[in-house]
Amino acid sequence: MLEVGGILSWIHEALSSSCPEWLTLLIEYVLIGVGFLALYALIALILILLERKVCAYYQCRLGPMRAGFWGLLQPFADMIKILMKEIIPLLKNDKFLFFTALFLVIIGSLCTFGALQFSKDLVGIDFNVGVFYVLAISSLGVLGILLAGWSSNNKYTMIGAMRAGAQLVSYELSSGLSLLTIVILGGTMQLSGLIEAQSETWFLFQTPFTWIAMVIYLIAGHAETNRGPFDLPEAESELTAGYHIEYSGITFGLFYVGEYVNMFTIAGIGTMVFLGGWQPFHINAEWAAGFNGVMDMIPTWLWFFAKAFGLVMLSLWVRWSFPRLRIDQLLHLEWKILMPISLLNMLLMALWVTVLVPLFA
Amino acid sequence: MEKTLKMIQSVSSSCTKIDAADVMVSVDKKDLHKVCEALYKDGWDYLINLTAVDNVENIEIVYHISKSSDMEKFMVLKTNTTDVENPIIETVSDIWKSANLYEREAYDFFGVRFLNHPDMRRLFLRPDWVGYPLRKNYDNTPNEGIPSKVHDMDACEDVPSITLDRHGEIVENHTKLFGRNEYVVNFGPQHPSTHGVLHLRVSLEGETIKKIDPNFGYIHRGIEKMMESMTYPQMLFLTERLDYLCGSMNRHALCMCVEKAMGLEIPKRAEYIRTIFDELNRIASHLIGWACMCNDMGSITAFIYGMRDREKIMDIFQETAGGRLMTNYYVIGGVAQDIHPNFVNRVKEFIPYLRKMIKEYHTLFTGNPIARGRMINCGLLKKEDAIALGMSGPNGRASGWHCDVRKIAPYAAYSEVDFKEILHDGGDTIDRYMIRLEEIEESLKIIEQLIDKIPEGDFRAKVPAIVKVPAGEYYQRVENARGDFGVYLKSTGDKSPYRIKFRSPSMVAVSGLDPICRDTKIADLIMIGGSLDYVIPCIDR
Repeated sequence: MLEVGGILSWIHEALSSSCPEWLTLLIEYVLIGVGFLALYALIALILILLERKVCAYYQCRLGPMRAGFWGLLQPFADMIKILMKEIIPLLKNDKFLFFTALFLVIIGSLCTFGALQFSKDLVGIDFNVGVFYVLAISSLGVLGILLAGWSSNNKYTMIGAMRAGAQLVSYELSSGLSLLTIVILGGTMQLSGLIEAQSETWFLFQTPFTWIAMVIYLIAGHAETNRGPFDLPEAESELTAGYHIEYSGITFGLFYVGEYVNMFTIAGIGTMVFLGGWQPFHINAEWAAGFNGVMDMIPTWLWFFAKAFGLVMLSLWVRWSFPRLRIDQLLHLEWKILMPISLLNMLLMALWVTVLVPLFA
Repeated sequence: MEKTLKMIQSVSSSCTKIDAADVMVSVDKKDLHKVCEALYKDGWDYLINLTAVDNVENIEIVYHISKSSDMEKFMVLKTNTTDVENPIIETVSDIWKSANLYEREAYDFFGVRFLNHPDMRRLFLRPDWVGYPLRKNYDNTPNEGIPSKVHDMDACEDVPSITLDRHGEIVENHTKLFGRNEYVVNFGPQHPSTHGVLHLRVSLEGETIKKIDPNFGYIHRGIEKMMESMTYPQMLFLTERLDYLCGSMNRHALCMCVEKAMGLEIPKRAEYIRTIFDELNRIASHLIGWACMCNDMGSITAFIYGMRDREKIMDIFQETAGGRLMTNYYVIGGVAQDIHPNFVNRVKEFIPYLRKMIKEYHTLFTGNPIARGRMINCGLLKKEDAIALGMSGPNGRASGWHCDVRKIAPYAAYSEVDFKEILHDGGDTIDRYMIRLEEIEESLKIIEQLIDKIPEGDFRAKVPAIVKVPAGEYYQRVENARGDFGVYLKSTGDKSPYRIKFRSPSMVAVSGLDPICRDTKIADLIMIGGSLDYVIPCIDR
């Protein structure tokens, strides 16, 4: 009753009863597009406030308190401020690449965000190669960051971009491998298919290897969002702001928003492939039927957001407790520790699926 | 000491002993290098300070030297040149590395050029500055001596030096600081991790540091020059503006220097209060040092924790002295006013609180595998290097150098308390990191011993309305939070000093950046800078 599917099908029926089919589709596409953009911006605002509040509490502070009750209007005030700021033009830089970089980052972030399945009915993109799509499109951001650092014509941004290139490309390997481990277990690359396979038990509780994959995915995903202890590309105390030093006003704001939503996207993908996406928590036993019934009463979108924000909180916790790694330690962690473990884990998962499961079945 | 004197006399016939009380030796400038070499071989390997004094008829260079193995030994070596127009003196920077920056400073302010010094650039002022500001005949009317052409400090790569050629003629050489193809990045003067307005030019190869050239002077206020026209009570206010994080201790140095010179007896109560204040100030300074270093490594939470606890010390200061960062509390002869009735209780509450918090710091940061992985075996400073650079204080003690002035030449109430001088022998970043946290605990111990025993009585001695220091030269050392802080005072018996010079432990720390950071990464430079804990206003006096 709290599901959004009813509303969506009502809109669809109302439209198709009064319009020809092509117009219905057109209006629906536009509506979905606008809806996604709005959700994208809203989640960014929520995350910005959440981060500021959570980090304040970790540090025995209050955080923003002045704008609105408990500082709730702070991100809106920030947004208005950043929209009104001047975009400072640079004299000697490649202007075309400079602004292209920005759009690459934001497009990569938005397209990955579009692949999230927020509830049973609230699904934007659902390819049969969903996991592949997510891995591919999220790499656009790396390109954007590299271009941003390069085209700013600044030594600091250059160092930041080089660090980002090394870091993001490396960590994409681990996160990709851990997603593939789950693809082996689920037997499909379609995200909705993966979620469907978790209706009884989440993947996390199906095999021990899923745990390893999830830990690696969370570390690598955290590194991909450029957040401490992996915030080397923008290391504040070393490179002042890294690759986006020269961006000002809303051009900086888009980087900022993109980064926050990426954090949510990483958490959302983690939720979908490890924690059952919008699937409620079920105990797969006779006696727990009542418990499962209660769990089913909670709307599926709430399940999704609760799990995703839980993972976001985990990332904030790490972000605000750990010091930063050095570039060689960062690469050491990826290439010598995480990657071999992921590869081994994938092999074991394949053995589990092909040998052990048929053996006991 | 007699032995040393005999040794010097055997090297140089021109050597004369000036003062009976302090060992003060005057050497002819042509024998200077020989004498210094002999002294160095004799174990006098720690050049504390080098000062130039303009006596109008001649220019004098004063060396304060000590032995690293036995820091109680202290001597003053002097030399002078009567060629005021073009003073040239042989360098000692090849003997004591720490002389490098001191000699550049002397050149900058007095125009004394040092023969064979590798780098005779100005230290604080722009290369095109006209005149030498601390010379007595310097024309400091406004608009005079202000550079006429705009000079790009970043592009200043010309390094002059003077040497003797085969015929004994002086020749000027010019070299370039950086090669044509070096990737030079400016760290500062505006940068979040330079702890002030420090400008480092860093030559990089990828992420690896090849060379660092520190550039000072962005906030130089000419405090030493200003003081020459101030009375002694006025001067005190400026001492706290040197190293603002340990203002009380700097002020203590000048107070003691003047008091000793005047032969003032300080009430016991004032000495106890000063010691407690000094130690509280040291804790506050170390807390900031710790916090900033954690911030430099990317741990902002630790930074806020350190600032939070330091705030409590600031509140204690405010209640008694009125000031927070700059307490303006010590005066010549004692302290400005008596302690606040709450002072003792608040300090007693603070001690157990901070002990608990330090445990938290260790849980949050010291034990963190990332932090340990970055600090251990990184930024190695060997004991010999620490001594050669004159890097005393916590940085030197982290390398195993026994150099705590509180132990070596106890002042105020330090001789009456029982505390340990923390020594580590690794000399890497984690030793410098740990030593600050451990020193906080020692400071707490000192305060604990004194806080209940503050004697009754006056808090201030009777001081003449006009403070005049008898003619002579005085040097007073204190241990501030960054190391061996010293005041050199030359008086002609007037109500303001003839020449005053502060030994800045921060300058020494920055001079150590280049040797420590070579072949480390950018991230290490920032972290090591944090672990050396320098404060720029102390350099840019």
